Amino acid sequence: MKRILPAVALTLGLLFGAQPAARAEGENLMPANVNVQDQASLQRGAHLFFNYCVGCHSLKYVRYSRMADDLGLTEQQVMQNLNFTGAKFDDPVVAHMPAEDAAKWFGKAPPDLSLETSAKGADWVYTYLNTFYLDPKSPIGWNNTTLQNAAMPFPLWELQGQQTAVMKPGTSEVEKLELAHPGKLTPAQYQQASRDLVNFLEYVSEPAALQRHHYGVWVLLFLALFSLLAYFLKKEYWRDVH
Amino acid sequence: MAKVFASIGEWVNERAPGLMPVYRKHMTEYYAPKNFNLWYYFGSLALLVLVNQIVTGIFLTMNYNPSAAGAFDSVQYIMRDVEWGWLIRYMHTTGASLFFVVVFLHMFRGIMYGSFKKPRELVWLLGMLIFLVLMAEAFMGYVLPWGNMSFWGAKVIVSLFGTIPVIGGHLVEWIMGDFLPADATLNRFFALHVIALPIVLLLLVVLHLAALHEVGSNNPDGVDVKHGPKGNRWSPSAPVDGIPFHPYYTVKDLVGVGVFLLVAAFIIFFAPTFGGWFLEHDNSIPANNLLTPAQIKPVWYFTAFYAIVRMIPSAFGTAVWGVLGMFGSIALLFALPWIDAGPVKSIRYRGTGYKVALTVFVIAFLCLMTIGMDLTAEYFPKIFGAGIDITLWENVFGRFMTLTYFGFFVFLWLYTHLGWEKTKPVPERVTMHD
Repeated sequence: MKRILPAVALTLGLLFGAQPAARAEGENLMPANVNVQDQASLQRGAHLFFNYCVGCHSLKYVRYSRMADDLGLTEQQVMQNLNFTGAKFDDPVVAHMPAEDAAKWFGKAPPDLSLETSAKGADWVYTYLNTFYLDPKSPIGWNNTTLQNAAMPFPLWELQGQQTAVMKPGTSEVEKLELAHPGKLTPAQYQQASRDLVNFLEYVSEPAALQRHHYGVWVLLFLALFSLLAYFLKKEYWRDVH
Repeated sequence: MAKVFASIGEWVNERAPGLMPVYRKHMTEYYAPKNFNLWYYFGSLALLVLVNQIVTGIFLTMNYNPSAAGAFDSVQYIMRDVEWGWLIRYMHTTGASLFFVVVFLHMFRGIMYGSFKKPRELVWLLGMLIFLVLMAEAFMGYVLPWGNMSFWGAKVIVSLFGTIPVIGGHLVEWIMGDFLPADATLNRFFALHVIALPIVLLLLVVLHLAALHEVGSNNPDGVDVKHGPKGNRWSPSAPVDGIPFHPYYTVKDLVGVGVFLLVAAFIIFFAPTFGGWFLEHDNSIPANNLLTPAQIKPVWYFTAFYAIVRMIPSAFGTAVWGVLGMFGSIALLFALPWIDAGPVKSIRYRGTGYKVALTVFVIAFLCLMTIGMDLTAEYFPKIFGAGIDITLWENVFGRFMTLTYFGFFVFLWLYTHLGWEKTKPVPERVTMHD
């Protein structure tokens, strides 16, 4: 037993200590600290998404009705405040902009965001939303330190304001971003707003997470009880084995 | 009620008198050594996971669409619109990884206590066949969600066959049914994954158990209880240190099942992607032959074997050596009963050289896993400074570990065939008795 412990410890260390690098693409990600249990945050995030994002980005695997259930909203609230395309309550969320036009205007169609945080990680999306800056050299006027030469303009600029880049002397590398023109929100408020938005996308990427957490504790408690009873049963049966 | 059951039993017994003897032979009158330890849970757990994979797999096929156009969407349909679909799918994906966890531990147990040695060579060979089929089953299952890592993983793994001289290129086309992994590939992998390989797997498991029950189970002392003194409470002709499998080991295994399910449930409910190791982030992007993932690597359970492919260089104008090395690393495990000629089974009474060699072998296997997982590429610069040549040091490290892996078998052959091993005396009976 003692001999295997180091090996087990090493394996566990590898599994928990190391994250596959794919998720950490781009250095120095800011922690998003999302929590899909926070329903108020999800509601604020949905509000932001449907005001600033859904013009271009669809959530093709998400139905309005399911979202209403999970976010604690009524059908009326969702249909009046979050649905601007005339879609039915049970329909999935499509973007307002036709994909062919989008591809023509931006070079590529804006991706569906249903699985964005599962693919990139919540931290990546959060950092991305905080690292847009004005770049006169870019055809769309914006650039991003997390995703160089992103084809996406910054839709949240009126909230965050406009950041500009301070370059490392003599290079084209960005040293840091500075808030040149403040937006409607203070930096702290914007961080919270972008966190809410990422939290909503985290929920969207796996709505089942809400159910998982809900049932998980009870399943574990049941199995703990089961194991305990099985242990006593075994002890009883094995009393006469020496 | 008891009367009803008894009369049903009698009714069946009259018409099929051969059933009860079979039940007795494999359950109530199968005498297993009484000194099984923690390592002996993993066989029954592997069986449990197999049942889980089949049952959850059946429910998944009810909503899965095996076509390049519909596969990815149908998985999301299962995750979002099918009642409890997320649970069924997570049970299946977590089960796949845990299958390999228990099978690796089960195999290690067999090596550690010499369970592959005479008279159990056939049990070992059938077990190795199960492992081989399981790898094929897992690989094809991994392709089915048709995410981007499914696609590129399939492309890389299938192209391994392309290294075979002369026929390689045609073989790859024949396997995929196209020039890239495509609809045809997905359809045939689906057929193999849900019908062909599970049938083979079940047959092999039955044979594995039948072969085991013919010779009897080994134990941590490596003492053959069948050849020891006879006579226990249940039968005068049964081994004195044997106890009936049912109920003794069925209730004991139940404890193992409980603990195992606790671990499995924790993963299913609280960490189903397991930080990206069980379900990879790149597989949340639909298959796209124009978008190569930053890193293409297999799921964790293939990484050690994949590292061997990567570490063996091409020579004489062909890259087939790496693939041969990978298959060789598994073939050597098949041949273990003949490579290891040591007369003592259990590590408890074997020579120090064996204990050291086995430890080094496990370390080499884990190190190869870190290479296959691309952890070395990530951590070498952090440990040794950003300026180091990652490829060079990865190759030095990986080739050394590959040589160590193969060296284990060479050492074991020399050590046991040339009589270098100094064993301790093996007790007459298992050490747990009064």
